[in-house]
Amino acid sequence: MGILEVKDVGKRFGGLQALGDVNLSVKENTVHAIIGPNGAGKSTLLNCLVGKLIPDTGSVMFDGQSVLGRTPHEINQMGISRVFQTPEIFGDLTVLENMMIPCFAKRDGAFRMRAIEDMMREKDIVEKAESMLVDMNMADKHHMHAASMSRGDKRRLEIGMCLAQEPRLLLLDEPTAGMARADTNNTIDLLKQISDERDITIAIIEHDMHVVFSLAQRITVLAQGTPLVEDDPENIKGHPKVREAYLGETA
Amino acid sequence: MLGLNKKDLQLMLIVTGLTMLAPFILNPFPESSGMAQFNAGYPDLMQRFVIFGIFAIGFNLLFGLTGYLSFGHAAFLGVGSYGAIWMMKLVSLNVIPAIFMGVIVAGIFSVAVGYICLRRSGIYFSILTLAFAQMSYALAYSVLTPITGGETGLQIKSTDRPIFSSLEEGETGRANLFGMDMRQSFELNIGDWLFTFNAGYYIAAIVMLIAFYVSIRIFRSPFGLMLRAIKSNQTRMSYTGLNPRPHTLAAFVISGMYAGLAGGLLVAMDTQVGPERMFWTASGEVVLMTILGGVGTLIGPVLGAGVIKYMENILSKINKDVLHEWFAFMPDGLEDFIVFLVYPFIGKGWHLTLGILFMLVVIFLPGGLVEGGQRIGKWIKNRGKAKDTGGSTEPAE
Repeated sequence: MGILEVKDVGKRFGGLQALGDVNLSVKENTVHAIIGPNGAGKSTLLNCLVGKLIPDTGSVMFDGQSVLGRTPHEINQMGISRVFQTPEIFGDLTVLENMMIPCFAKRDGAFRMRAIEDMMREKDIVEKAESMLVDMNMADKHHMHAASMSRGDKRRLEIGMCLAQEPRLLLLDEPTAGMARADTNNTIDLLKQISDERDITIAIIEHDMHVVFSLAQRITVLAQGTPLVEDDPENIKGHPKVREAYLGETA
Repeated sequence: MLGLNKKDLQLMLIVTGLTMLAPFILNPFPESSGMAQFNAGYPDLMQRFVIFGIFAIGFNLLFGLTGYLSFGHAAFLGVGSYGAIWMMKLVSLNVIPAIFMGVIVAGIFSVAVGYICLRRSGIYFSILTLAFAQMSYALAYSVLTPITGGETGLQIKSTDRPIFSSLEEGETGRANLFGMDMRQSFELNIGDWLFTFNAGYYIAAIVMLIAFYVSIRIFRSPFGLMLRAIKSNQTRMSYTGLNPRPHTLAAFVISGMYAGLAGGLLVAMDTQVGPERMFWTASGEVVLMTILGGVGTLIGPVLGAGVIKYMENILSKINKDVLHEWFAFMPDGLEDFIVFLVYPFIGKGWHLTLGILFMLVVIFLPGGLVEGGQRIGKWIKNRGKAKDTGGSTEPAE
């Protein structure tokens, strides 16, 4: 049994069968990549996992509990954090404030009214946020406006914010899309380090084969809404079905 | 001190100083001088400054922090006023229970309105709140006449006999605080200056200082941080395990209770209320106050409220005769011409001046008057520095 079990999940948008009978099992403490050509249903699948979409059929179990019908914040509180394709951070706030918010969410839950206390006097939160910033190598950016940072730094911050919640499963949606080569390599190193040092499962959706083969321990190939193969990276590389899906029949 | 950091404490002390010394500060011109009509230090207007300051502070807690633009906040002010006046008519002429009643009634009403309106955000939220406020106005004006007095509104009458009062037969009750009449004033004559210290003003000012202090605490609290997070990125908020709904509802209710507090105080100062208090222009006015002063700043809404109420009460009193008096030194033809030019901007035309001021602020000072103040402060600082360092041309930050 994996930490995340997707069984027979189907999702239809009008006449388009975006997902049909997807089965997926992500083992605990591994890095699992989901790849596939454009329109294969990768993002739809991800959205079904985090509560943004509700699949028409099938079940999604996280750690033995169903996530279906729960709202995004409830699913997050169960231990699933998500990194977006374009970094979603709190642009109007400072970097430290950005980092404090997930720390509060971890400690106080989805809603707790603390309107009179001074947030900078919450020692445990401030310390945790600051040490997380050190881990992410951005301690010097501390009081910077989050929106004014580079794309790579925003990505780092977003990953750091997800980690601050100590999730058990981290979902990444094309984390290196639109990044320069150097930033991409930095992100790969960061993710490697996270998966080595922390007790965490990572599921990653990616286009860039360089990223996929540097990180993944297990790969699922999705095409036209159904999984083609699920195997170890070595076997995927030469798999005829995968080559066909990616490169067309003539290749 | 008071759980505030140094900068906030400074601001709090400045605001305290200004409100306590307002009778002096607002009356800078001698009584007999021509400028006396610009004096704003009379009780009625000073009370309006602080009461609408409270209203705007509360509005800013919602709009400034969460970015939800409510276009129906006057409804809570009106409901608070009705609650307060019924408390005075039926229970006690003391202003404290009346004000409490105003806050509670507005709070309950805002829970109901917020629960429905907060299902949508952006322009749809604004329209929903506007619809609610206009419905409240229409109801107060017509169907609910037995409760609201309809068009004429409610006043304390000589027939009202509150439970806790010792009124004589036929005597009309007056709002008081443990026997101290709200209209009680102490006048101080120094030379040609006349300063009025009014009991009602000081009570309202103390309430405003408390309201201002609470708003600083909310701004700096974890809850305030969450509200700013909602304004910044609701998607990230949900995917960080935080539920935006109860946060926005709590902010909406707090904001509604501030409006109720302002409504209750209005009744405490002047014991009457009518449905026009809930009309949509009144809701628009508080939006203007907040934007003019500076959205999301602590002191901005109070400044905005002050500027608008000053213009409404002082600028609108200047008439054609006054203008002719001012420009009497000019040759006749030129005098008439200048008066002709200036006239549209004063008296009943004060809205025109306000509109121009508002446009200028929004275009050139998006951060409101507070940003203007900051820019001037920086300019003075840099000028001082330039002198010290022999005129270095370091650009401003």
